[in-house]
Amino acid sequence: MDQSRAPLYDALEAMRNERIVPFDVPGHKRGRGNKPLSEFLGERCLSVDVNSMKPLDNLCHPVSVIKDAEALAADAFGAAHAFFMVGGTTSAVQAMMLSTLKSGDRIILPRNVHQSVINAMVLCGAIPAYVNPETDRKLGIALGMSFASVERAVAAAPDAKAILVNNPTYYGVCSDLRRITELAHSRGLRVLADEAHGTHFYFGRAMPVSAMAAGADMAAVSLHKSGGSLTQSSLLLCGPRVNADYVRQVINLTQTTSASYLLLASLDISRRNLALDGAAIFDKVTRFARYAREEINELGDYYAFSKELVNGDSIFAFDETKLSVNTMDLGLAGIKVYDLLRDKYDIQVEFGDLGNILAYVSVGDKTKHIERLISALSDIRRLYRRERKGLWETEYIGPEVVLSPQAAFYAGKRSTPLEACAGGISGEFVMSYPPGIPILAPGERVTPEIVAYIRYARDKGCTLTGPEAMDVSRLNIVTEVLGNG
Amino acid sequence: MDDLWYSEYHTPDVRFSIRVSAQLHQEESDYQRISVYESPEFGRILTLDGVLMLTERDEFVYHEMITHVPMAVNPGIRRVLVIGAGDGGVARELAKYPGIESVDVVEIDRRVVEVCREYLPQTACGFDDPRVNLHFADGLKFIRHPKETYDLIIVDSTDPSGPGEVLFTKEFYGGCYGALAENGILVNQHESPFYQEDAAAMRSSHKRILSVFPVSRVYQAHIPTYPSGHWLFGFASRGLHPLRDLQAADWKALRIPTRYYNTNLHRGSFCLPNYVEEALRRDE
Repeated sequence: MDQSRAPLYDALEAMRNERIVPFDVPGHKRGRGNKPLSEFLGERCLSVDVNSMKPLDNLCHPVSVIKDAEALAADAFGAAHAFFMVGGTTSAVQAMMLSTLKSGDRIILPRNVHQSVINAMVLCGAIPAYVNPETDRKLGIALGMSFASVERAVAAAPDAKAILVNNPTYYGVCSDLRRITELAHSRGLRVLADEAHGTHFYFGRAMPVSAMAAGADMAAVSLHKSGGSLTQSSLLLCGPRVNADYVRQVINLTQTTSASYLLLASLDISRRNLALDGAAIFDKVTRFARYAREEINELGDYYAFSKELVNGDSIFAFDETKLSVNTMDLGLAGIKVYDLLRDKYDIQVEFGDLGNILAYVSVGDKTKHIERLISALSDIRRLYRRERKGLWETEYIGPEVVLSPQAAFYAGKRSTPLEACAGGISGEFVMSYPPGIPILAPGERVTPEIVAYIRYARDKGCTLTGPEAMDVSRLNIVTEVLGNG
Repeated sequence: MDDLWYSEYHTPDVRFSIRVSAQLHQEESDYQRISVYESPEFGRILTLDGVLMLTERDEFVYHEMITHVPMAVNPGIRRVLVIGAGDGGVARELAKYPGIESVDVVEIDRRVVEVCREYLPQTACGFDDPRVNLHFADGLKFIRHPKETYDLIIVDSTDPSGPGEVLFTKEFYGGCYGALAENGILVNQHESPFYQEDAAAMRSSHKRILSVFPVSRVYQAHIPTYPSGHWLFGFASRGLHPLRDLQAADWKALRIPTRYYNTNLHRGSFCLPNYVEEALRRDE
């Protein structure tokens, strides 16, 4: 297909030039009715913030320019079908799960999944069979799934309908997606890929394999991360074995009927840009990240890790564009370095966990800003370095799944002081940042170790999210299961 | 003569213009637009991205004040690092000191030096001194490596809105601290206190230097072609005080020829108008 086309973008430009008199929503009418907003975002921006209309197609039922734009995206990503998504990659993950799994179906998935995956199980009633991701003890990060652990999980859950794979993890770690896909397909499992951090795998040279190239059935792709589209815009890709028309019905269960044309146009324009220039763009990003890693590793005490970690299994491949820096030898937690960069050096990085920071490198960076990051890390070492002691090491606590997340979430529950929760079944979700791995999902047994972990994480200043009691002093414990759990 | 004027907007509402007789050079380098004009009143003029850097007529004020103030506090300075200064003016002033052993000039844009060598020999002659070593490198990157090496660092940067942005950051000042020897001094061009945007840059620069150096003072000079004509410099050090440690007799004994600087003016230049003192003190 001719990837230099951008049919949705062209239709919006044509609409802008036609000077149609708007007697439809949105009420700001090309910005004229909301001067402060128009001044803030710019008239050009608001002039294309329009509603679905004949020449612009309709995301819920695409028949013309959106259909064409989605077909071009599918072609560019090597998919049988692509859906433009406007509810973030969370909506793509939900659609992927809800169109594959029904209530009571089992899904094999690594524990270090994004919370949208667990929330999707609350919606669809699927039952998780978790694979313990291996952990790199030195770096304190969760890795990919080893092939043997996937084999064991498949053997232990012969009735499972699907397997979900992070491609890659937040830190850039990839599992052996090709082999996992072959195994899954031989047992009749669908393969779903969370590619929130993997857009560039489709366009860069010498990248880890993308989900579509590996033969996966569906992939949720955050085009707004490395792909450059607007925040909240995303793609859902389907392979040839997926009934795309059914997927559309599932998407429409929860999708807005007033999809933003700003988001949709950004997907169309970004897809064209990636298809035409992606290889050069990600060459540049890779160069930036490699250079920064070399310089940071020369500073001393920092460890900017990369492909040397690859072990052919739980780290089958590593995404070199991810600039993760381990700070343990500096005697500082990653979250501390994150705060120093932000508060003292006016540098915002993507995240800090216990032992690492992740700086997101993209085509929007300039050499001078890469130099600023390196120099700020150098200056932090000069000023704040200390003896390495008392740094927290995380232990992975394997979950005991008693009920499906949905059954537990909708069960009768009693708010219980944290200290008294051990032995009960959690009715809610507890997430800790760092390290960004769920501590509890609805339906899991609360153990004394988990209670201790939550208190410890709270004392260490981790941000705990999920429970109704926002300070996690209490948890909702299941008292009575409604219906068939 | 044609009615040709070079204009610079000192604020969106204030325009400063100089009649020019010719544009001698214009190019887009990898980093910025470099232009040289000939003018009846100010002689040759160098601009970067449209911002006036120097004129032949008044560059002596800037280059003398950024160089001789620290040199008079420590006339024993041996090793000097200059960041920016691709016109050669600072190197020219430093070359007047026989005791200086080496001057490393780190300029990011090779073309600035080449253009100045061709059109502005008045300042570029500074590069001819054999003690001057030119490095075409990013100042922020360069400063990460030397440890306790220099007695003096002079930061002759463009405004923080251009390629000079990184030379106004805390990480850069931290690098300077690490690169200075025990009695080391850092002098930087410190923007102007008068117009709002320049004053904001002055304050943020002062605040960041204060967070890094135990001694941080500001001094002033009158530079006719810079915005408002009132320009500031920062004097920071690991210990030496710009007034209490002034070695006036030693400096005079060197008999350095100057047109603007003298040791009485040195003392006076640290006496600032009330509104400037107040703006700086807000962050102290």
